[in-house]
Amino acid sequence: MAEPSPILSADRPLVVGKARVESVGERDTAWTRLIFVYLACATSWLIVGTLIGVYLSIKFTAPDVDHVPWLSFGRLRPVHTNTVFWGWTSLAMIALVLYVVPKTSQRRLYSFPLAWISLALINLAVVIGGLCLMGGINNGGQEYREYIWPVMAIFASGVVLTAYNLIRTIADRGVEEIYISNWYIMGGFLWTSVLVTIAYLPFYQQNGISETVIQGYYMHNAVGMWFTPIVLGLTYYFLPKLLNKPIYSYSLGVLAFWTQMVFYTMIGGHHFVFAPTPWWLQTVAIIFSVGMIVTLAAGTGNFLLTMKGSGRTIARSYSLPFILAGVIGYFLWSAQGTLEALRSLNLVWHFTNYTVAHSHLTMYGFVVFLIWGGIYGLLPRMTGREPSHLLAGVHFWFALLGYFIYTFALMVGGTLQGVSWILNAPFIESVRLMAPFWLWRAVGGAMMFLSHLIFAYNLWRMRPLRLERTMPVAQMGALA
Amino acid sequence: MSFHKNHWLLFSVIFFGYIALSWIAAIGPAIWVQDHTRALPGSAPMTPVERRGLQVYIAEGCIACHTQQVRPLKMDAVWGRPSAPGDYAHLKPLDIWQPYAPAVLGSERTGPDLTSIGTRQPSETWQYLHLYNPRAVSPDSVMPAFPWLFEVVANAPADAVVVPVPPAYAPSAGTVVASDKARALVAYLLSLKQVPLRASGANNAAAGTPVPPENATAGAEGATLYSNHCASCHQANGRGLAGVFPSLANNPVVVADDPAPHIATVLHGAQGRTIEGMTYPAAMPAFADQLTDAQIAAIVDHERSSWGNQAPKVTAKDVAAVRKGEAK
Ligand code: HEC
Ligand code: HEC
Ligand code: HEM
Ligand code: HEM
Repeated sequence: MAEPSPILSADRPLVVGKARVESVGERDTAWTRLIFVYLACATSWLIVGTLIGVYLSIKFTAPDVDHVPWLSFGRLRPVHTNTVFWGWTSLAMIALVLYVVPKTSQRRLYSFPLAWISLALINLAVVIGGLCLMGGINNGGQEYREYIWPVMAIFASGVVLTAYNLIRTIADRGVEEIYISNWYIMGGFLWTSVLVTIAYLPFYQQNGISETVIQGYYMHNAVGMWFTPIVLGLTYYFLPKLLNKPIYSYSLGVLAFWTQMVFYTMIGGHHFVFAPTPWWLQTVAIIFSVGMIVTLAAGTGNFLLTMKGSGRTIARSYSLPFILAGVIGYFLWSAQGTLEALRSLNLVWHFTNYTVAHSHLTMYGFVVFLIWGGIYGLLPRMTGREPSHLLAGVHFWFALLGYFIYTFALMVGGTLQGVSWILNAPFIESVRLMAPFWLWRAVGGAMMFLSHLIFAYNLWRMRPLRLERTMPVAQMGALA
Repeated sequence: MSFHKNHWLLFSVIFFGYIALSWIAAIGPAIWVQDHTRALPGSAPMTPVERRGLQVYIAEGCIACHTQQVRPLKMDAVWGRPSAPGDYAHLKPLDIWQPYAPAVLGSERTGPDLTSIGTRQPSETWQYLHLYNPRAVSPDSVMPAFPWLFEVVANAPADAVVVPVPPAYAPSAGTVVASDKARALVAYLLSLKQVPLRASGANNAAAGTPVPPENATAGAEGATLYSNHCASCHQANGRGLAGVFPSLANNPVVVADDPAPHIATVLHGAQGRTIEGMTYPAAMPAFADQLTDAQIAAIVDHERSSWGNQAPKVTAKDVAAVRKGEAK
């Protein structure tokens, strides 16, 4: 992608002028259309999923807003989490992957029909899964695997087909080296295929605690071996591309990759610290949670050192601020997870709303921000159409402020909850004291939701036009 | 041959390496735990009704807010003795769509831990009313109401479970009766009681008292104890719920000079009394097994000196005397 031009800055009196994208639309319209439709579906799920999120947060302030079984908190909560996980985040990631893998392999995507089928399967899974959950049909209440196995099988076949599609693309690549992005991306796909299989095979989870062991492993591997490696892989592509300079250190990326695979797999037990699961499993999980600092430092350091000295470019871009925020979020909020794993702090924060804050800080402040950075970095270069720079900025600030309000309220409130339990106050005190913090959560959540509406509009503005574009061959190189 | 150039090498290591690691971190330990977990002696498998109740519990997503897991920490002592793997041995897959043990341990405690809710809150009436609308008994609750687990009928049949809903929460016409689902759910909740661990080591709870007496902090505060054990029915302001749970403010038994009847009520429960001209459909549970003499004295004192009540102090000795005198 071309370097943002210092000359053609949009002239806006109120805000920092953002650089326009110079390159023109992608010639391969089938490809552009595929990726745009993926993103459009993903964004629809973002709107649906976070509308439900806002509604859930209102229920903490007004528990009697409705008495409809299908909208009851216990049923709707997994609809929120699964919709944003498998509908929004996964589809948006795959959209970007379907760009990055062919691009870095220097060949066309192996099969377009396969990609369309995967899209249909994943959408289908999210629709059926959501309806089942609202109807009270779930997988024994196992967090993030609430979809019953026939529904998850639909989702998993989408993932496996995509993995196959990507492997064939990479296997026939036009360059000798497998670019580091593809290590992370293929890691994400292969690990998740294994993970879902292990999580849904019944043989070793037939009684209470054996199920809990698998649940702990599954819960963090779902976030740590699916979302995390893939968005990191995407960032290894977008960051250097958007800055127009190479990544600071290739080997740091490789180091982070292998430690990611070994350390992250082991840390699932930290979800059940002090539970009656084997004590050694918890201790191993805590040790590797601390070890994750190595992975974090290698990954984040690499990105930040790549960005060093490019402050101006970042300030003048509307995609790079998302990436900068996401990279910093990756370090800070994962490091927060390390603290939560330590027994002395876990006893304060476990079971409280502090965990919910951590979930949103990581999934939102890290994963979703990097995805947005990728989308704003990619789409204008594919379609040749830009969003309003002002609205991209509004999106950024509303999302950022919104999630700060949301999570800081819950971090303070969650800590107070834990302290009130340690002081042996009556339980209901911990419900009462949360009231103002739950209200602030709803306020922050509403701001986040507003930013999603703006993002949806921006996406619409970046849509490919039907017109077949022709461009001078000379400019094609800019996209490679 | 290198990871950078050979995609089959790279992808195989990623794929099989992860499977190997997963064996160490998950599958292996899970198999070991599964083979080594025995149900506790004295525990009973779930009855069919309780299983149906568990199914409702899972379907309605109660686990989003409730844990069933007591940690070996002092702060968790209010919920019972520390949970052991054997406590969950009777949890089995519910049906073909969920061929795994249901995840009742939970990860968030927005509402109280329910490990021993059957001991803590054995009153069916309270459970039904609370499920029908939690705000009816716990004004600050954020728990959802589950009215669809109940039916509103014009004339309740003789065998129906009628829920005495206070007027503010009652439907405009008709009587609220519990559906099969609600009955199963409450049967499940009331079955949640900890079985004593056999006397061994530090976690000994052989006495069968879910609240370990050494839990000193909980022993000190009458107001806290009242809030944990009594306020769900008699309410924080002591006024109860009209027609469902009696008021303790200016109640003759509570303000009497002789504390014995008051203490006896708390120890052994009560049912069917006429209190200030009213009779109550619900029963008052017995607390003799749950609370120590000192704790009961603290609660009784709290009641005798709150909400305008002024009656002489009682001591743990008074409670011990009543406990002895009446346990023939
Ligand atoms: C939104 C979170 C939420 C959900 C979902 C929820 N609860 Fe609750 N629950 C609470 C809170 C908060 C309390 C404490 C206040 C009160 O007594 O209502 C509570 C209290 C309780 C109590 C009384 C515990 C005690 O120690 O007094 C029981 C029993 C209970 N819930 C059962 C259920 C069941 C059964 C379900 C599912 C059908 C359920 N809850 C779903 C939040 C929730
Ligand atoms: C499940 C609801 C419930 C709980 C919990 C409960 N009570 Fe009661 N209580 C009742 C009911 C119902 C009655 C009326 C019994 C009757 O009709 O005989 C009652 C009666 C009483 C009375 C006797 C009033 C009279 O005039 O005879 C006292 C004293 C009392 N409760 C104290 C307590 C204390 C102390 C606690 C906590 C340790 C407590 N209650 C917990 C429901 C409850
Ligand atoms: C070094 C890396 C990390 C460590 C050590 C870590 C640690 C933890 C711990 C200890 C918990 C459990 C908290 C509790 O229940 O008390 C937790 C929960 C959670 N973490 Fe992390 N975390 C890390 C990174 C991440 C990342 C990158 C994501 C998202 C992509 C993430 C998403 C979550 C989620 C969603 C939960 C909530 C799970 C639940 O529902 O209970 N974490 N984390
Ligand atoms: C408008 C924005 C959002 C709002 C208002 C919102 C609100 C909520 C609420 C109210 C809960 C339930 C918390 C509880 O049970 O106490 C929740 C849970 C959760 N949400 Fe969101 N959410 C939003 C966006 C997102 C996004 C975009 C993601 C992920 C990409 C996400 C991931 C999660 C996760 C993982 C949980 C489970 C938390 C846990 O178990 O610790 N949310 N959300």
